[in-house]
Amino acid sequence: MRMMKALFLTLTLGAPISVSSACAETLKVAGPWEIAGIEPAQTGYVFSRLQVAETLVTTDKQGTLAPGLAKRWTVSDDGLNWSFALRDNAVFHDGTKVTAEAAVASLRRTLGGVGVLAQAPIAEIAGEGGEIRIKLHKPFSALPAYLVHFSTIILAPSSFDGAGKITGIVGSGPYQVKTLTPPARLELEGSGRWWGGEPGISEVSYLAVGQGETRALMAESGEADLVFSMLPVSVDRLKANPKLDVQIATIPRTRILKVNAASPFFDQIEERQAISAAIDRVGITKVILRNADLAATQLFPPAMKGWNIARVEPLTQDVEKAKALLAAAGWTPGRDGILEKDGKRFSVTMLTYSSWPELPPLATALQAQLRRVGINVKVSVGNSSEIPARHKDGTLEMGLISRLYSIVPDPVGTLLQDYGPGGSDWGATGWDNKEMQAVVEKLAATSDASVRAPLQTQAVEILQQELPSIPVTWSELAIVSSKRITGVAVDPLEVNYGLSSIRWVK
Amino acid sequence: MKNFLVARLLQAGIVSVAVGALCFILMRVLPGDAAMRIAAGRYGPDARIADAAEKVRLELGLDRPIAMQFLEWLGSLARFDLGHSLVTGRAVAHELQVQLGASVWLAAAALVLSLLIGPIVGLFGGLKPGGAADRLGLMGAVIFRAIPPFVLGLILMLVFSRQLGWLPPAGFGSPREILLPALTLALGLAAMSSRVTRNAVAAVAQAPYFAFARYKGLSEPIVVRRHGLRNAAIPVVSYLGLQAIYLIEGVVVVESLFAYPGIGHALVHAIVERDIPMVQGTALMMGLMFVAIGAAVDLLTLWLDPRTGKTV
Repeated sequence: MRMMKALFLTLTLGAPISVSSACAETLKVAGPWEIAGIEPAQTGYVFSRLQVAETLVTTDKQGTLAPGLAKRWTVSDDGLNWSFALRDNAVFHDGTKVTAEAAVASLRRTLGGVGVLAQAPIAEIAGEGGEIRIKLHKPFSALPAYLVHFSTIILAPSSFDGAGKITGIVGSGPYQVKTLTPPARLELEGSGRWWGGEPGISEVSYLAVGQGETRALMAESGEADLVFSMLPVSVDRLKANPKLDVQIATIPRTRILKVNAASPFFDQIEERQAISAAIDRVGITKVILRNADLAATQLFPPAMKGWNIARVEPLTQDVEKAKALLAAAGWTPGRDGILEKDGKRFSVTMLTYSSWPELPPLATALQAQLRRVGINVKVSVGNSSEIPARHKDGTLEMGLISRLYSIVPDPVGTLLQDYGPGGSDWGATGWDNKEMQAVVEKLAATSDASVRAPLQTQAVEILQQELPSIPVTWSELAIVSSKRITGVAVDPLEVNYGLSSIRWVK
Repeated sequence: MKNFLVARLLQAGIVSVAVGALCFILMRVLPGDAAMRIAAGRYGPDARIADAAEKVRLELGLDRPIAMQFLEWLGSLARFDLGHSLVTGRAVAHELQVQLGASVWLAAAALVLSLLIGPIVGLFGGLKPGGAADRLGLMGAVIFRAIPPFVLGLILMLVFSRQLGWLPPAGFGSPREILLPALTLALGLAAMSSRVTRNAVAAVAQAPYFAFARYKGLSEPIVVRRHGLRNAAIPVVSYLGLQAIYLIEGVVVVESLFAYPGIGHALVHAIVERDIPMVQGTALMMGLMFVAIGAAVDLLTLWLDPRTGKTV
């Protein structure tokens, strides 16, 4: 009876409206990212991915650097003076020209805030006459890659108030903001001023949908034309749907066990190698991620050309080897099977967080696998800030984290942070390797591919041998699109979703 | 009546200060570094949080004495200024207007839908306790009360969005989008209110004045309308007041599931991210709403049963 009433209500209230809204020709996009504020360092990625704002440099679909607002760039012979020439025909959404002065003001503001630019050795940003000049303290080959980062989007002076506080996003991309209802909805319209021509679909509506199940249902019910970041459990069902296309790309993100190499549990290389050998990566990826190819046999996935080295020995499961390595490190089984050394039990806490929904189940799987070699692990799921906090005060034992190696498209940017002196929030803890530091410094100073290739191999080999972070799984990004649209391309670096090239199927 | 208003205004004042102070203390005693939490909330889990936290600490003056920070908040409150969110940077009053507003619409829609279902089912059940309608109503109430809201929400999505394609599974801004989350909440509410109504109606139907009305020769619909509804409504209205409060608190799961940008969802984020002004502002507005709902229920009860006026 109640259900019948509910049905009746839904029918009478819902049906007539659904008919009327079906004729609106807006490209409906759904993704997991909420828009908490419009500060570029916080949510710039929403505006760069949806092509509202642009950076000086961008990437093509292969992940190589490509001209963005800057049509070309050059560096002086000493590697200290970079020059970026702006496009002549780029215009902001308020009608003003994208000048060197405007871009410099925007970049200087970024440099003073939180974000990757502050981590580059920049001495000065200046510019005039359509050219931006960046002076460095020391040679830094990855500078153009840093200028791809979403926090460096170039915004018009009218985006800020007198005190430099951001009041709106006035960018230069094919789309301009029509309405923004934080944290969930963003409506866009063609700006009519883009240097690259008119977008194929001029009206776009983005909705932030946090729950993966709900996003899948958005695609299945036709309420969204393009849905990003599907859960592995939904992918097979969506692939079977004749109205939908599913595209999957491996992204440069690796889930790793960050271990404290200064703690008595992980200070010896044998202990770290034993943890790695105890992990059943294939089982985990098959069951939790539904794709055994994601088992991380080294730190970087195969899609990262030059960084996935075929000749290094892959990380695989070998429980006997793990036990032997632990015995060599002085650990012997206690009465209850848990290892002991000098009266200390091998009992550690594995911190993780739920910002990525797959991390807690992965942590419990690892817990069970490590128990088999005599290691007692307590899983603690908290806030993502717990890991940097515990890294800082030195109390971190073990953390399961998800690390992105394309925060800037050149992984050197991430390696400099993660494996430099003292390690970092999401990199090594208590692992100070001078050889690795020297290799990364050399990589950062040169952009010559033939010099870099052997250095990259050397870096990967050191990480594979020393295991300051133990790779567990690689990641992939699944995108679902309706067959009503065409021209959808997956960008594995998630720099730009290329909405402007999408068209309705005639 | 004047006393009633003065008492309620006083209550609102006490609630404001107490809620504000309690939030402030609770947020301070939570474990973890506030600057780290705020930095993680702002810049996401891929950023260099430790570096960002230092800038956040300087920017927000989190190192200042706690008493000073609390007095500042009280001072702003006296000027009706709830401050700015530490994470989004927007005025808390504006955030509340959008998000609390959205939740109030959702709660109102759920309450209206539940009123269309619960009391009617209860009325039929109560008039003939033990009859078919009563037993069916009981079964429905048990089922819908027992299913957790996220499961019920998913079932409704599967039926109305995936199979039938009538309603969107997520979104906000139009009546189409509010219907599924409202129905999810309403079915749970109606499960309870139908039983409360059923018991109230059953009690009234047993009452001597009800029997007397029948003996007078009034027809059944007139008996129910004149003597049944108003008497049975008193406990139902009091219960609805409680339900309204449950609703405001209980929307969290439903809002997250249906991607509905309401206050429940926002409050969870604010607490995780240590956005103290946002938590204080939200708790304050909710406290005041509870006072307002309590007052409205009292006034409505007074109108339904003037005898209660003597005790107000």
